[in-house]
Amino acid sequence: MLGALTAGLGLKPQYYDAALACPADGLWFEVHPENYMVAGGPRLAWLEAIRARHAISLHGVALSLAADTEPDPGHLARLAGLARRVEPALLSEHLAWSTWRGAYHPDLLPFPRTGEALARIADNISRTQDALRRRIAIENPSHYLKMDGHAWNEIDFLAELARRSGCGLLLDVNNVYVSARNLGYSAEDYVDEFPGEPVMEIHLAGHTSDPNLGKALLVDSHDAPVASEVWALYERLIRRIGPRPTLIERDDKLPDFPTLLAECQQADAMLRAPLARAA
Amino acid sequence: MNSLRPGVLARFQDAFAHALLAPDAEPAVEIAALAAQPAFAVYRNTVVKGCIDALQANYPVVARLVGEEWFRAAAAIYVREALPADPTLLRYGSSFADFLARFEPAVDLPYLPGAARLDRLWTEVHAAADEEALDPAAVARLAPEELAGVILHPHAAARWAWFEEAPIYTIWTRNRADHVPDDDIDWRPEGALLVRPRDTVRWIALDAAGCAFLDACAAGATLAGAARAALEAQGNADLARLMSTLLSTGAFGRLSHSGDRHYAENCP
Repeated sequence: MLGALTAGLGLKPQYYDAALACPADGLWFEVHPENYMVAGGPRLAWLEAIRARHAISLHGVALSLAADTEPDPGHLARLAGLARRVEPALLSEHLAWSTWRGAYHPDLLPFPRTGEALARIADNISRTQDALRRRIAIENPSHYLKMDGHAWNEIDFLAELARRSGCGLLLDVNNVYVSARNLGYSAEDYVDEFPGEPVMEIHLAGHTSDPNLGKALLVDSHDAPVASEVWALYERLIRRIGPRPTLIERDDKLPDFPTLLAECQQADAMLRAPLARAA
Repeated sequence: MNSLRPGVLARFQDAFAHALLAPDAEPAVEIAALAAQPAFAVYRNTVVKGCIDALQANYPVVARLVGEEWFRAAAAIYVREALPADPTLLRYGSSFADFLARFEPAVDLPYLPGAARLDRLWTEVHAAADEEALDPAAVARLAPEELAGVILHPHAAARWAWFEEAPIYTIWTRNRADHVPDDDIDWRPEGALLVRPRDTVRWIALDAAGCAFLDACAAGATLAGAARAALEAQGNADLARLMSTLLSTGAFGRLSHSGDRHYAENCP
């Protein structure tokens, strides 16, 4: 299941030079494709230079698959063009919406998991996979709101999306931890019940307490090291489902590159450990 | 909410999107229970902060001229008028200069919209298509009788603007630099040319003749026509020097000959 990829890093522009120079064998990088949907210039040149040495994953934030409308054809075409250009090893999106009636809301917004939403999202994923001519992975979101009106629990919803559309899943373990704490359920149970077979990628990241609400609300801020509780959930997961490509996400309060690389190597060591391999 | 009917998801999204940007309005019934939770502010803050951060990144000179606090307060108002139409946030803010031009608190800063226009041109140049800049020797090789009928096409990553009201180029250039010199600025019209023949965006001052010349080139005028336009804009224009400057800066991408489509399309 692991293929050529083990542990990778989110690539911020601040790390381009270090990433280019990094000899780490098997290291891969993930970027948001929206930042590279340009006609030309240094951004694309940087990405192609990295791509010449490392595998790339495209992790979209703006297809807005959970919006009650088809994905924007222009955006989808730009994504397909970028995918042709960098031939990513993985391509993923979120179980969320962001673009609605022509306006992009730069966040991953929640929705009630109904049969109506399931049908719409499965169709949107299928359209996306048809346009890209490849399987994509869908990520479980972070939750902050207690929402009535869910007809499906999230794991069943994701599993059904995978069944209907043939998509894979991206399990963000930090999102599981944050959501479980915010909504009051067991992160261990979630990780134990998540279907292992469709998981194409795992995400690990740091979180923080909300500045106003404190520990009553954890925010998926990607601005801190991976928490020990999240590492423990990760170990529990790969012990059960086996090793999968695992990404360390960091988007804010960026440490130096070696610090981030050390977190990446921690995940790498766990992936190569006998327990993960035995699964 | 158990009896969800088709179209309920769309109504939910209409209500949610509206509540994100209108914190003081009464939330629609579909999302009232969500908007009442303190955690709703996480989404509100993330959306607005994401837009403001993008504007600040895209308009660095404007932010420097007015200071971060003023900039972010103005940007927060702009965000509520114009969310991004495109998730590539590098392109966000195409109407920000126009917004600043009619923004009441900026009435005493008449140079602000011009500075915003140059910030915007920088971004366009930065992300424009790659193209080999026209080799000046290709023009030098032309026979004298060919010159007047040749068309010089501006480079894909070249942008220029003329500012009649204020020395926008000087103001903008100084505030792109790390150290702003404190000597007085000569208050006069100015123009600017931004180019990216390879990786790095570069800029030079461009006079009214140069701007008119490039406008004409972009409209498909021959060299003779562009020269006429330059002289109309500025009677004392030094055309030889202008051509030399534009060619050496990388302002042109390719050349073609008027009335000769075959040659135009195959000319290297």
